[in-house]
Amino acid sequence: MAHGGWISRWPVIRQLRGEDARGDAARSARTDALRPRTEEADTVARSICPYCAVGCGQLVYVKDGQVTQIEGDPDSPISRGRLCPKGSASKQLVTHPGRQTRVLYRRPHGTEWEPLDLDTAMDMIADRVVRTRRETWQQEEDGKVVRRTMGIAGLGGATLDNEENYLMKKLYTALGAIQVENQARI
Amino acid sequence: MAECHPVGFQWVVEARARGAKVFHVDPRYTRTSALADKHVPIRAGSDIVLLGALVNHVLVNELDFREYVLAYTNASTIISERFQDTEDLDGLFSGFDAEHRKYDPSSWAYEGAREEAAAGLRSEQLEGGEEHTEAAGPDQYGAGGAAMLGKPRTDPTLTHPRCVYQILKRHFARYTPDLVAELCGISRADFAELADAITANSGRERTTAWAYAVGWTQHSVGVQYIRTAAILQLLLGNMGRPGGGIMALRGHASIQGSTDIPTLFNILPGYLPMPHAHRHQGLDDYLAEAGADTGFWGRKRSYMVSLLKAWWGEAATEENDFCFGHLPRLTGDHGHYTTVMAQIEGTVKGYFVVGENPAVGSSGGKAQRLGLANLDWLVVRDLTLVETATFWKDGPELETGEMRTEDIATEVFFLPAASHVEKEGTFTNTQRLLQWREKALDPPGDCRSDLSFYYHLGKRIRQRLSDDEIDRPLRELTWDYPEEGEHRDPSAEAVLREINGTGPDGRALSAYTELKPDGSTRCGCWIYCGVYAGEVNQAARRRPGREQNRVALEWGWAWPANRRILYNRASADPEGRPWSERKAYIWWDAEKGEWTGDDVPDFERDKPPDYLPPEGARAEAALAGTDPFIMQADGKGWLFAPAGLADGPLPAHYEPHESPVRNTLYGRQANPARKIYRSPAAPYNPPQSPRFPYVLTTYRLTEHHTAGAMSRPLSYLAELQPELFCEISPQLAAEVGVVNGGWATIVTTRTAIEARVLVTERVRPLRVEGRLIHQVGLPYHWAWGSGGLVVGDVTNDLMPLVLDPNVYIQEGKAVTCDLRAGRRPRGKALLDLVEEYRHG
Repeated sequence: MAHGGWISRWPVIRQLRGEDARGDAARSARTDALRPRTEEADTVARSICPYCAVGCGQLVYVKDGQVTQIEGDPDSPISRGRLCPKGSASKQLVTHPGRQTRVLYRRPHGTEWEPLDLDTAMDMIADRVVRTRRETWQQEEDGKVVRRTMGIAGLGGATLDNEENYLMKKLYTALGAIQVENQARI
Repeated sequence: MAECHPVGFQWVVEARARGAKVFHVDPRYTRTSALADKHVPIRAGSDIVLLGALVNHVLVNELDFREYVLAYTNASTIISERFQDTEDLDGLFSGFDAEHRKYDPSSWAYEGAREEAAAGLRSEQLEGGEEHTEAAGPDQYGAGGAAMLGKPRTDPTLTHPRCVYQILKRHFARYTPDLVAELCGISRADFAELADAITANSGRERTTAWAYAVGWTQHSVGVQYIRTAAILQLLLGNMGRPGGGIMALRGHASIQGSTDIPTLFNILPGYLPMPHAHRHQGLDDYLAEAGADTGFWGRKRSYMVSLLKAWWGEAATEENDFCFGHLPRLTGDHGHYTTVMAQIEGTVKGYFVVGENPAVGSSGGKAQRLGLANLDWLVVRDLTLVETATFWKDGPELETGEMRTEDIATEVFFLPAASHVEKEGTFTNTQRLLQWREKALDPPGDCRSDLSFYYHLGKRIRQRLSDDEIDRPLRELTWDYPEEGEHRDPSAEAVLREINGTGPDGRALSAYTELKPDGSTRCGCWIYCGVYAGEVNQAARRRPGREQNRVALEWGWAWPANRRILYNRASADPEGRPWSERKAYIWWDAEKGEWTGDDVPDFERDKPPDYLPPEGARAEAALAGTDPFIMQADGKGWLFAPAGLADGPLPAHYEPHESPVRNTLYGRQANPARKIYRSPAAPYNPPQSPRFPYVLTTYRLTEHHTAGAMSRPLSYLAELQPELFCEISPQLAAEVGVVNGGWATIVTTRTAIEARVLVTERVRPLRVEGRLIHQVGLPYHWAWGSGGLVVGDVTNDLMPLVLDPNVYIQEGKAVTCDLRAGRRPRGKALLDLVEEYRHG
């Protein structure tokens, strides 16, 4: 660290004076005062990147109820702390302003979205499932028992957790909905 | 791989630094090519010619790893005398039913091995007509198949004319370097370099690995691409060994998990088939066909009964077939594209779309949107307002006048989802590794996990039930999970524990071999049994890689049984010794009487190499100590697949459904069993049409993800790759009259889209059948919405609905198109242009 007035501490001056241009001389007082966001986090969660299927380890840093940084996990034997451009940008995935946080409803033939309470939406969806299932129930086809509905279908993405896929398949199957598909086929 | 799995590619780079030679076979020169020793450009859609020629090269020059091939593959097995090859029938195998475009596989069976059973199956398949044969294919045979039972007849000298080895030689004889040059556009010198490298790098001391992604799967003959690679790798002794294998580089964080615990129509958790109406009246009928009786599928009753017990608990008893009757039945193909057709026809009334965006992410976007517009109700759950949720107010059909918002009766619910850091649970990565994610914080606003959504939806549905018989499966369903937190979310760990399974004492099981057929055990997915062994979440294990050996068994948990390389018994010779010190991985320790090594043995730990099965043995006891492929009925790696495939026991080159090239190998132009739709919603470009002279192939960019909902709203990524472009060669640019940075319009019979032009020598025209074939590369990350900071036309709108007959995956990697200078027309003029092309 150089001593003297602020001008003599100015990196450009120190570099011109012949100090190592890429080493200490490049540091300013502001640089020295900077601390990484990761250091100030309240909690760190060990997670996995949600993009491709390599399964890189992520460390998710949270402060004051906000994600402040997502870094590669150096402990992972798969990724050894590395993340690609998408994984490195994944803090934006969870914090970007375009993310929707409210339920929206479009009535038949409607031209605009309308707000809807989550509980009400859940009840309305349950009502529709029960009604559609009953209206489209197929006990037999060509004399064979099929006990199913061809009136309800589902398509899931491949960023769903195993536990989520499990509850989905279990519920759909008990409902008799067989047209249950996933990104995995597409 | 460098583009789409960049962090995984670090290991390829590292291997290369240690002396490995890396080839990159791809129509385009990419970041992978830049780091490879050799880039081999290929015409999209011709890979079976290249791989088949490599197989032929190995056979003709007798470069196979003979000891491995004799002991571990079905090379010596004699096939039925009724079998006829594509060489005999000009591109068809025996058993083709031209009327229904389906194969009867009975003549492909091993000689004497219950051919009559396969034939019997045939008549049942046909019951109910063509549609019913569709679900009767590969997914119903499991990995074994009825035609497989018993010890087949073999000829260890490999000279019998009907042994698999000789059949292979005849089948691939015309797959020569000349044919590779003619159909793939790969020079004889490049082929020779590749062939020499892979054969020199295989055997006792060395192994070669192949890696692929959807460039191999998205074809009307995609499964057979992988099969050809499997044949090559088995001949070279590269399966079950370190540094070997065929790596499927899957494209999504838990796409492997979505297959293991499927939200797929044709399977139940753990690859158990869904029951079929015309064959599976009861549990016994079902189990007779759900997989082979020998090998580890022989325990299928334990797997299935434990699943039924996990779902219906106390209600499932021996007397009621463990509630097998509660399962709905299939009657055909109920896959995604067939479901879209059913939406257009009006059969499907309600649709859940969860973390998926078919309006722009699936082939034939217009068909997808026509289906969505014809629903009664639609539930979309995602992080942003994806195009599937908003098609009614901003879809392209509004601009062309094909739809009007006011006319669309679909009621739409958009429910915001929790992100990956706002919930806990497991992803299964591309190497079958389950990794638990801790929850970092609560989701904002109305955002909830899909776990929470389905749990609470299930609760509400169950509150609305009657005493009616049709409601019994819902009434009796086990649906009581501990609730946590302000929003009463179900415990993901409790669900994982149910997936793992519990024993009669209620304790977590530790291995699938503990599952019982009598209803005393419960298990939601038998291949995941052990992930909660010892009441510990094994997927949450995080012992740092640097503190472990290269296999890193204490990081996460891989199915099955935490084994990291499948079929690793094959890493040792028949006597149980490593093939070489250099490639030692798993071996037999005679002193301790057990298999040992770096990994968990994928074999019964105490079964000695000299074990011979007694007469009439079942399940794994029927496999010898030298049979590494323990899920197969005969324990062998299948060079020839006597059952389980819809389009032939061996791969044959067929041109894509849309191709500018004639198939000079056979009289059959395209896969005779491919799935096509006869509907105005699914138009096709005619083959070899001068109106569509160019090959079109699609791909991903490092900076984006699928149709863009997880990348276009992110400013960093949007800035890195702001705009849709088409990648073409300088020669094609000159031919069409476009310049770098200008606009081009790409046309198929589905639609026309516009893209910026990237003129680059990374795409080279190839000489195929004596003329120059141009290829057009198009990424597919853009669309009009999803909160994207960057938008563009929808590449998938160009794609046809034509599917592989085994797995119903669409052909998205090799279709035809035209390319014109300038931007596309707007409004109705766009329809007029496409109409002009349709009728030429």
